Amino acid sequence: MDSLYKRLASAVEMAIRQAETVLPPDVEEALHSAYKKETSVIARGEFENIFANLEVAKEKNVPICQDTGILVIYLTIPETVPVTTKLYDAVTEGIRLATKSVPLRPNAVDPLTRKNSGDNTGSGLPAIHIIPGDKLRVTVFPKGAGSENMSQIKMMLPSEVGKIPEFVTSVVKDAGSRPCPPVIVGVGIGGTFDMAASFAKEALLSPINTMTSFEMNICNKINKLGIGAMGLGGDTTCLAVKIKEGACHTASLPVAVNIQCWCSRRGIVEVEV
Amino acid sequence: MIRLETPLGDNVLKLHAGDRVLLSGIIYTCRDEAHLKIQKDGFPFDPKGAVIYHCGPVVDEEQKKIVAAGPTTSARMNDLTKPMLDAGVRALIGKGGMSAAVRDELRGRAVYFAFTGGCAALAASRMELIGCHYPELGMAESIWEIRLTDLPVVVGIDAHGGDLFSR
Repeated sequence: MDSLYKRLASAVEMAIRQAETVLPPDVEEALHSAYKKETSVIARGEFENIFANLEVAKEKNVPICQDTGILVIYLTIPETVPVTTKLYDAVTEGIRLATKSVPLRPNAVDPLTRKNSGDNTGSGLPAIHIIPGDKLRVTVFPKGAGSENMSQIKMMLPSEVGKIPEFVTSVVKDAGSRPCPPVIVGVGIGGTFDMAASFAKEALLSPINTMTSFEMNICNKINKLGIGAMGLGGDTTCLAVKIKEGACHTASLPVAVNIQCWCSRRGIVEVEV
Repeated sequence: MIRLETPLGDNVLKLHAGDRVLLSGIIYTCRDEAHLKIQKDGFPFDPKGAVIYHCGPVVDEEQKKIVAAGPTTSARMNDLTKPMLDAGVRALIGKGGMSAAVRDELRGRAVYFAFTGGCAALAASRMELIGCHYPELGMAESIWEIRLTDLPVVVGIDAHGGDLFSR
């Protein structure tokens, strides 16, 4: 493998290790401020387990959660780096390396036979999203199934713009205890059917320490549900709502809701070109 | 905090939803595939008084060590649980709670412990790997036999119909 691709493979491996073992500071801060406000004794106990867990993971350099996820990869590429199969192969190689070295749970299976590939790669996996940029940069977003399984998409009517908060809240309500609350809710509004889902996932990558008033309004609605940490009842069901929008057809209003558990992991590593 | 040691017996009947418990002793991981396999080929362990953990861990198979082992979503096992309880299983550990049907099946004989989802490193730090049953199911779906020391759990559903998840 050429040296650039070797560097990219090891950057992917490094970004995965970073994502799996240490939570981003904005997420950890959001958990702490939710804990400070929490009035339910049982929910407080859940937060205490979460903090103890983060300590152990950091200290022992092991995954925070055993569901090390499906690895979603975002690459920014400068104009000097050609988009070739070698680039894709290097990312895939990085995932194989990380599966052994972190280690990761092999999660990728054939959808029908359910046969496990053993190395977290497979037909169409990893999902690699390429964006032009000034630097070669890898962002790894491991997505666990517990929260991913609770996500929904709805082709709403253009006249239903006002009902978006209600729809988003209903998705979190339906999910209940299953996606490991307190959750972060990524919402994709607009685009096409598939773009809305991509927007919802990309929204989850932005820091959660700021929200627009629209996002805050939905977040407050969700927290009135009282689902609480791990669904055991409590004040905080949702740490943040993040929205990403794009233009859509005049007759369409696609809205996708991608739910993320409290363990919102991301790893970012730059590669020297 | 109540301390309990497996195998469990009628002592589970004294527990109430919301009680905090430190659980120790042998437990067995069982996810979807393991439940189906047991229904087909039988228990590879004695189910009497046993504790089942809804979990697919990360295992370092060379070092024979549990690396990360938090709970998985228990609701996926709603329709697979009755045969386990009928065979004498006394407790389930998982996350997110279970159906009203399972709540009824637990009555008078077993409990559901909730352990914090995502807390895989914490759980692994309280675990010693003893062995593996049905390894052909792969890492996530095999039955891993584990010795637990003081796992902090909450009684989510008790043996009297008490259920923290049904509000």
